[in-house]
Amino acid sequence: MIEAHLPALQIVLPLLAAPLCVVLRDARAAWALTLLVSWAALAIAIALLVKVLAGGPIAYELGNWLAPWGIEYRIDGVNAFILVVVAAIGAVVMPYAYASVKAEIEEGRIYLFYCMYLLTLTGLLGIVITGDAFNIFVFLEISSLSTYVLVSLGKDRRAMTAAYQYLIMGTIGATFILIGIGLLYMATGTLNIADLAKRVPPLAESRTVLAAFGFITVGTSLKLALFPLHQWLPNAYAYAPSTVSAFLAGTATKVSLYILIRFIFTVFGASFAFGRLPLDIILPVLAVLAMFVASTVAIFQRDIKRMLAYSSIAQIGYMILGVSFATVTGVSAGLLHIFNHALMKGGLFLALGCVMLRLGSVQIADMQGLGRRMPVTMAAFVVGALSLIGIPLTAGFISKWYLVLAALDKGQWYFAALIVLSSLLAVIYMWRVIEAVYFRPTPNTAAAEAVREAPLSMLAPTWLLIGANIYFGIETSGSLGVARRAAAMLLGVTP
Amino acid sequence: MDFAERIVGLYNYWIVILLMMAGFYVVIASRNLIKKIVGLTIFQTSVFLLYISIGKVRGGSAPILDKAIETYSNPLPHVLILTAIVVGVSTVALGLAFVVRIKESYGTIEEDEIRAQDEPGD
Amino acid sequence: MSVTLLLGLALTAPLAGAVLIAMSDRKPNQRETVTLVTAIALFAIVAALTSRVLAGERPYLELLDILPGVALAFRIEPLGMMFALVASFLWIVNSIYSIGYMRGNKEGHQTRFYVCFAVALWATMGVAFSANLLSLFVFYEVLTISTYPLVTHHGDEKAVRGGRTYLGILLTTSIGVMLPAIVLTAYLVGTLDFRPGGILAGKVSEEMGGLLLFLFMYGTGKAALMPIHRWLPAAMVAPTPVSALLHAVAVVKAGVFIVVKLIVYTFGIDYLAKLTNAEWLLYVAGATILIASVIALRADNLKRRLAYSTVSQLSYVIMAVAILVPVSAMGAAIHIAAHAFGKITLFFAAGSIYTAAHKTEVSQLDGIGRRMPWTMGAFAIGALSMIGVPPTAGFISKWYILQGALDAKSTAAIVVIVLSTILNAAYFLPVVYAAFFRKPPDGGANDHGEAPLAIVIALTITAGGTIVLFFLPDLPLALARSMVGLGG
Repeated sequence: MIEAHLPALQIVLPLLAAPLCVVLRDARAAWALTLLVSWAALAIAIALLVKVLAGGPIAYELGNWLAPWGIEYRIDGVNAFILVVVAAIGAVVMPYAYASVKAEIEEGRIYLFYCMYLLTLTGLLGIVITGDAFNIFVFLEISSLSTYVLVSLGKDRRAMTAAYQYLIMGTIGATFILIGIGLLYMATGTLNIADLAKRVPPLAESRTVLAAFGFITVGTSLKLALFPLHQWLPNAYAYAPSTVSAFLAGTATKVSLYILIRFIFTVFGASFAFGRLPLDIILPVLAVLAMFVASTVAIFQRDIKRMLAYSSIAQIGYMILGVSFATVTGVSAGLLHIFNHALMKGGLFLALGCVMLRLGSVQIADMQGLGRRMPVTMAAFVVGALSLIGIPLTAGFISKWYLVLAALDKGQWYFAALIVLSSLLAVIYMWRVIEAVYFRPTPNTAAAEAVREAPLSMLAPTWLLIGANIYFGIETSGSLGVARRAAAMLLGVTP
Repeated sequence: MDFAERIVGLYNYWIVILLMMAGFYVVIASRNLIKKIVGLTIFQTSVFLLYISIGKVRGGSAPILDKAIETYSNPLPHVLILTAIVVGVSTVALGLAFVVRIKESYGTIEEDEIRAQDEPGD
Repeated sequence: MSVTLLLGLALTAPLAGAVLIAMSDRKPNQRETVTLVTAIALFAIVAALTSRVLAGERPYLELLDILPGVALAFRIEPLGMMFALVASFLWIVNSIYSIGYMRGNKEGHQTRFYVCFAVALWATMGVAFSANLLSLFVFYEVLTISTYPLVTHHGDEKAVRGGRTYLGILLTTSIGVMLPAIVLTAYLVGTLDFRPGGILAGKVSEEMGGLLLFLFMYGTGKAALMPIHRWLPAAMVAPTPVSALLHAVAVVKAGVFIVVKLIVYTFGIDYLAKLTNAEWLLYVAGATILIASVIALRADNLKRRLAYSTVSQLSYVIMAVAILVPVSAMGAAIHIAAHAFGKITLFFAAGSIYTAAHKTEVSQLDGIGRRMPWTMGAFAIGALSMIGVPPTAGFISKWYILQGALDAKSTAAIVVIVLSTILNAAYFLPVVYAAFFRKPPDGGANDHGEAPLAIVIALTITAGGTIVLFFLPDLPLALARSMVGLGG
């Protein structure tokens, strides 16, 4: 009986748990509740993925109101995959959060943190699972607003201004998406995505639909931090609490990318987006700019969290590049990188959180010689770095391979060259950190001397994500298989 | 459509565009944090007007079961916008809360002064 | 014992050894024993495999599919067999040497050193036995990463800078050039397997073939073709056992091994012979030989001189196979072994001189032969092998290469061989002469004897090996013949 209602439970559980945290008030109880709920959410997401892979798309009508008048949750290969990514990162980060949040946020506000965390999780899962366009907007705003709060809880006072800037830019983005959805509603009279998919293509020449597409693309690009609309990301990731950075790095922008993919491929159709409209030129160009400019800026950062934030912007460029090829290989490369990047960046940010806990800073100057005193944490960082660079036997290598293959498949060898060149930039900015951590002498301060290894509750989740990098770099049939099926489904070809 | 119809007939869209651009401009151009939020609100309101104004059906009235009313205006956009208004209000509330804390922390809510305080410390 | 099981063991032994070495951190004697036992065990396994391969077996082991249709797989063929044999044997000797060197110089971080060595040898076995380009690439990268801590062992500013050049060039060429080449090959041909006769024939056009050749030659940074050779002299900041490993056993040999393997098993000698745009390889290799020799001539630092000599000798192998005649391909294969023994002897000698006398420059070596007869004797033998004089192994390989050049009527190659022999003599013989026949400068800096016993033993073994290979070349010859399919 429960099985039939899993899609609803996916949203309802975190949603109800959020105000419960406020009622509970106690930091430990709130954490325990969040832990249980996030693990339950992961279990549900995996169950849904298994169901979809076995039996095809699931349609769930909320309150038994029939689509397209009622809101339906529609789960196919693509969003089942992304559901698992979001839920998995949410679940892995929770055990870690206990020690990290205690250290970075004042005791009296921790229960509020977990409340916001659950709301963000609800919002993100909701965006992915729903089959109604306006519902996407609602969940988008739920997740965004709670994200702004999460970011603002960072210790540094600049977290506040970062959250404010994120709020302004994020709201503009979301409002653009709202305009786009409104225009689509005006043109077709429906808000259900599957229904839109039938009604929009015949209207492809109308200005309303063209304008809608434009607004939606720009709005989602703001939310997913596509160059040059990425301004909010470095500050938000750098000053947010470590747990939040790790959680967001693997989820927030990916979900916005999912929105873009859903609208481009399901609603409007690839031939419209890439044939009629010049997205096949604009997206790759912006993606390449993101890859190079962001990687170059990353090289000069002294704050390592900031450096990883810029690195994320570059990695988002890779995903967009893959998607913009509009071939099965390309889109599956983009989808696969969503997964692999969540593993990589999640692990790296978790490792940095361990450093923040013990050292109180993530400036490269303060981290000198850390390899000796925090060997396990820094080993995790090295493996994450190797994955980011794309060394074989890591997940990052598989993504790179597929991206290069997709570029060659389209006959655009210059993109292949650009992809590998920007990977080399990653070598530079990651190796800077590794050199400082292993080869430079420890600074002569009492704080530096007192540093010891991070607690197990933080090391275990970190190594779980980092180990997953290696696992999914060797045993790729699972992740790659799902990505390919999802891509084939999006493009309307048989896999 | 001839010229007059295009301007006068579509007046709701013109108002929407005007408000949207005005709001957007205020967000980008102001230095004062509260003014930015005001601009954001204007921007969002224009979108609300867009949705609601397209729901009106000529000769239609509120969707109430009554013998006197035969045509209904589309109630769906109203419902959607109620949700969006709530979202908008939450956004403003959150934004203002941030501004209050920023004022406590920095002593100012002018963007350039805040940046000046942050930059040398970087 | 089944041949596949042996293959599996050969691949797991060094890794298991690495783990055991790491666990022996606090007990140096145990640690060193584990290293030696692992090395000897590996050699025993490889030797057992050799007899089977010579009998015609081609053991195959497939692990899982990393990418759809491309598996992590291993298949032993004669060239890989020879490489593995040389590498595993010299690991034993290098370990003996390392014990003497590391203890004699009181080096730190010795456990990290021995662990990285074991991992590097594991990667070397992986490279030697790879069945397809992807597996090769995986282990090639593991080799780069695992040797980085070895190169930067001393941890000082110089080491870090050297490590930067090392990693920078190797990763840039592998990720930037080799990886696209491999993906392109997969895309054009549909398979990445190594097959006798190559996989490109009939599937890849001339221009593409030429492009692929260029990409692979410059993607294999470890083969040190100019101008991507700079990582080699930069890596000299490492302790000498590492340089001996890099320059004889693992890294550089992996580089030229890959070059030969690609030309024979991916491109195919016949396919390449038909390409009109492949001749540049011969000339670039030839130029590398000569330019590197000239730089070696002018280098006063002994290790630097040896580094450039290595760059030059590596291009011997490349040039030999670029002549595209089976006889010279045999010479290339044999030279992988011959140069390994000769160069490791020379580096052992350099490290020995540093350990005993703390001297690093050629100009300081006057008369040192009297105080360190074993060291300089071995050095002389290694030098003769580089020059290619009987009774050293270098003569055999040079003979075959020269035969191949004559067969192909390649004037350029013949000229390069003759010139470089003269140059080799010019930068090696004076060192030997000065060591034995000049008077040592006065002063207390000469109050030293021979190097520690472990070092001397290692030196003697490899120098002896160089001479033994001259008199008993059957094993490498058989493997080389088998590789080019000439029977026997």
